[in-house]
Amino acid sequence: MKGAQLLTKIFAILVLVVSNTAFANTEKHEDPAQHHEQAHDDHASAGHHGAEAHGGGEIDTKDEIDGYIKHHLADSHDFALFSYGDKERHHVGFPLPVIVSTSKGLRVFSSSKFHHNDDGHQIVEADGVNLVKIHSKIYELNEGAHTVTFDAEHHPTNAHKVLDFSITKNVVGMLVAGLLLLLGFGSLAKSYKKGPIPTGVGRFLEPLVIFVRDEIAKPNIGEKKYKKYMPYLLTVFFFIWVLNLLGLTPIGFNVTGNIAVTVCLAIFTFIITNVSGNKDYWKHIFWMPSVPVPMKIVLMPIEILGMFTKPFSLLIRLFANITAGHAVVMGLIAVAYVAREALGVAGGFGVSFLLTMFISLIELLVAFLQAFIFTMLSSLFIGMAVEEHDHHHDHDAEGHGELDNSVI
Amino acid sequence: MSLINDFSPGLFIMQAIILVILILLLGKFAWKPILNSLNEREEGIQDALDAAENAKKDLENLQADNERILNEARAERDGLLKDAREMKASILAKAEEEATAQTEKMIAQAKEVIAAEKKAAVADLKNQVAGLSVEIAEKVVKTELSDKDKQLALVETLLKEATLN
Repeated sequence: MKGAQLLTKIFAILVLVVSNTAFANTEKHEDPAQHHEQAHDDHASAGHHGAEAHGGGEIDTKDEIDGYIKHHLADSHDFALFSYGDKERHHVGFPLPVIVSTSKGLRVFSSSKFHHNDDGHQIVEADGVNLVKIHSKIYELNEGAHTVTFDAEHHPTNAHKVLDFSITKNVVGMLVAGLLLLLGFGSLAKSYKKGPIPTGVGRFLEPLVIFVRDEIAKPNIGEKKYKKYMPYLLTVFFFIWVLNLLGLTPIGFNVTGNIAVTVCLAIFTFIITNVSGNKDYWKHIFWMPSVPVPMKIVLMPIEILGMFTKPFSLLIRLFANITAGHAVVMGLIAVAYVAREALGVAGGFGVSFLLTMFISLIELLVAFLQAFIFTMLSSLFIGMAVEEHDHHHDHDAEGHGELDNSVI
Repeated sequence: MSLINDFSPGLFIMQAIILVILILLLGKFAWKPILNSLNEREEGIQDALDAAENAKKDLENLQADNERILNEARAERDGLLKDAREMKASILAKAEEEATAQTEKMIAQAKEVIAAEKKAAVADLKNQVAGLSVEIAEKVVKTELSDKDKQLALVETLLKEATLN
């Protein structure tokens, strides 16, 4: 494990030193009103840095590092491992297929056609539509336009986003994780045919499966009903964990730190929870039993809101934890450059190395913890939805009421 | 909102498709056989434990039986010994009784014999005394009846006595 950590750092440093794929971007969208003037300035300088960075500079200043981190956190259309060369940039990696649904139908081509351009200058003509890539998003130029024009916020004015089904780096990450799961757990499943005790990698995987079953599913959903949800819970747990761990490798996936991915996972939990919700679950949302009528009315909107806040907390927690982890690790690696003047080359490097080592170890824990928490809370929500409540008196009263009505 | 700007619907759809396929594939080829095997194994272990527990109980029962049989044997032996002792005592007592009875009988016989001897001796003595008395009486009578007067007188007296009777 330590070897992998060390490799991660050395590699990340390498990438930082030689890469120019960064697009410096210090946009502050969070509070545009208050920092409007400053933001404006930032955008101007961002554009400047971006152009400069793309022109062939090394990542060195604070803004460039910020931009680089943002670039890493975003999804990417090609699989860049690292870049080198100061004037003439060489990119090591491989292109990935771009699949976009444009106004004139589906278009498929290699991402190499963008020539690593990420600011909308490289226009790809694909069967009658002009496509550009800006901040890892693919835009379709409006009819008749030949260059992208930007507004003050650096958003394109004469192009619109297209539905992008590309096999991006994140999709590759998911496929790799899926393949690892299929191979690992497939071999575990097969090893049971030889005997009751698994061999090889199964010895490591089996306790994890038992852990998910006995520590997550059974206590939260209940002994009787947990079996139905095991495939989802196991898949999600290992999927998130493997992706979190892949994110710590120098390959640099950031799949679980992508909001689309966490939204998707949370929606799955939401759907499963509500589809399996029994009569009691819905009664507790819309007409809370054993409280006075005014309270029932007050509780209804709160409970309905709660239906949505539960999965929302899931998606934000996973997204924020992983994104923050990646940002902190990269920021600490960048300390080597930012603190170069204050501490010297060796000092900056040493401080950066120690801090990154420390945070990486914590991230290793976070990778497991977030997978655990997501699965744990998912099973908790499912458990709440399928729980059999013990309101004998209520049921009796209601039962009588129904009987009376039917008689009448 | 940069978060919403970052949200890629295409990636979302790809993720959903991959996740569904993954759940189905893993469910069929991994989770189901794994969980079934785990269940089977756990049940097997539980059965083995139960069997061991039962065997232990059987052994305990067996030991209890052995103990019981041993106790019974011991009790039987004790009973036998006791009986023997009682029998000995009773035999001794009976023997003693018999001996006593025998002795008493012998003593009684001896007494009888003694009594008979005594009687015989007394009778003999009486006979001898009677003989002596008769001899003495003969001699007295011989002397008395040696003259005729005296004989008549005697007859007279005897007759008198006989008439009176």
